[in-house]
Amino acid sequence: MVAGMWIRSTMTYRASFALTLVTSFCVTFFDFVVILLMFGQVEGLGGFAFAEVALLYGTAGTAFGIADLTMGSLQRMGKRVRDGSLDTFLMRPAPLLAQVAADKFALRRFGRVLQGLFVLIWGLVLLDVEWTPVKVLLLPVTVVCGAVIFAAVMVLGASALFWMQDAAEVTSSFTYGGNTLLGYPPTIFAQDLVRGVVYVVPLAFVNWLPALYVLGRPAPEGVPEWAAFASPLVAAVCCGVAGLAWRAGIRSYRSTGS
Amino acid sequence: MRLYATVAAGGFRRHATYRVATAAGVFTNTVFGFILSYTYIALWDERPQLGGYSMDDALAYVWIGQALITVCGMMGGGFEDELIERIRTGDIAVDLYRPADLQAWWFSANLGRAAFQLLGRGVVPMAVGWLAFRFTLPAGPGSWLAFLVAVALGSTVSFAIWYVVAMSAFWLMDGQGAVQVAWLGGLFFSGMLLPLNVFPGALGEVARVLPWASLLQVPADVYLGKYEGWGLAGAYAFQCCWALVLFGAGRAVQAAATRKVVVQGG
Repeated sequence: MVAGMWIRSTMTYRASFALTLVTSFCVTFFDFVVILLMFGQVEGLGGFAFAEVALLYGTAGTAFGIADLTMGSLQRMGKRVRDGSLDTFLMRPAPLLAQVAADKFALRRFGRVLQGLFVLIWGLVLLDVEWTPVKVLLLPVTVVCGAVIFAAVMVLGASALFWMQDAAEVTSSFTYGGNTLLGYPPTIFAQDLVRGVVYVVPLAFVNWLPALYVLGRPAPEGVPEWAAFASPLVAAVCCGVAGLAWRAGIRSYRSTGS
Repeated sequence: MRLYATVAAGGFRRHATYRVATAAGVFTNTVFGFILSYTYIALWDERPQLGGYSMDDALAYVWIGQALITVCGMMGGGFEDELIERIRTGDIAVDLYRPADLQAWWFSANLGRAAFQLLGRGVVPMAVGWLAFRFTLPAGPGSWLAFLVAVALGSTVSFAIWYVVAMSAFWLMDGQGAVQVAWLGGLFFSGMLLPLNVFPGALGEVARVLPWASLLQVPADVYLGKYEGWGLAGAYAFQCCWALVLFGAGRAVQAAATRKVVVQGG
């Protein structure tokens, strides 16, 4: 409902909205143009062909886009904690998380989802893969679980804002940074970094592990084969952790004195 | 002059109080530096000397980009949101009554901000990056100085761009659209994602003469010693020209806006 309110308010300035939707699509598209430019210079990156990189980029981009559309507003929460305007939300008879997530709900972020899907479809058209029912099923599951994992990281980051009001940028390095990282093949990164992404922040379950299975490539060293199917489990665990952190955050919240 | 110096010092001190935010920014810039470094290594492995850069040059380029991201405002000048908000709410009327020039006032404050960002968010990522990758360093103190001059000019051009963008809020009220367009230009045409001399053909030629090239590409090339003697003077002249043109544009838009300004609210 709060989201509906913000959509109505955005639609008041229709021209501005159209402009922001188009530019939002373009900003993320230019991001992909860079990969196109790279492939204008080389045949493959880290042993991966263009279509394979497009698949990685498309799955990560779509998952991140969905998470950003629903939870992206959480970044603004630090300001609300600082100036005490979070109190208004606490008075309302609705879950706080839903209200904060819908705060200044920006429909223009849909541009990012569109762009991700666009690249994903592009990759799938070019891709030369022996499709099996498992692989076909795994793809949408990957995107949905990926979105849930990203969303959980965003909630976790927002929970930290209850204590560190100015630290919103740290979350960006995991969300935006993770999105950038997962758009490239794992082979180009140092093994320690890959291991960190698998075991410490489980971002690799967003797309790397399932996508490597779809492409028929081996999982990174030291990661078991079945990990490709573990995304739903990982997503569930992430949600649990994020939920606990959020509750702890609310309990420690003290309004400002002024 | 003393007034503007005080404003600049205020801008420095104000941003120096956001310690947690600065630390968070340093962390984020460092993480992105690592991600970009690995992608550049993969690219330069396949195509050594791409765009005239060696691998060490390319890695230096990555970390210069991360260090300058807030100094030269590639992804936002850091002041335009506040200025747009003042225009939207009508607080700008108060600013216009001050016995100081509006553009010079904001420029001084931004100079202070940029100086702090260079120290607070520039030095640490650069040092971490150098420890991890051992990229190219400038030849000597003279080259560092030349680089700092290019950074100062780049920061000035950035201010001029964002000032024009902010002034558009007098007409658009909701500055979001204009900010997004400028953001798109800053991100792509500054060479933040990929050096402009790697851009192919006509796209590259256009990108290299746009104002955004002053923000990162020119300072990075000065750092890497691509300009010497008259070439260096030419690079500075390029930045100065854009700074003058855009300052003039900002002034013209401001004059047009203040002639017809209707103060919002009551």
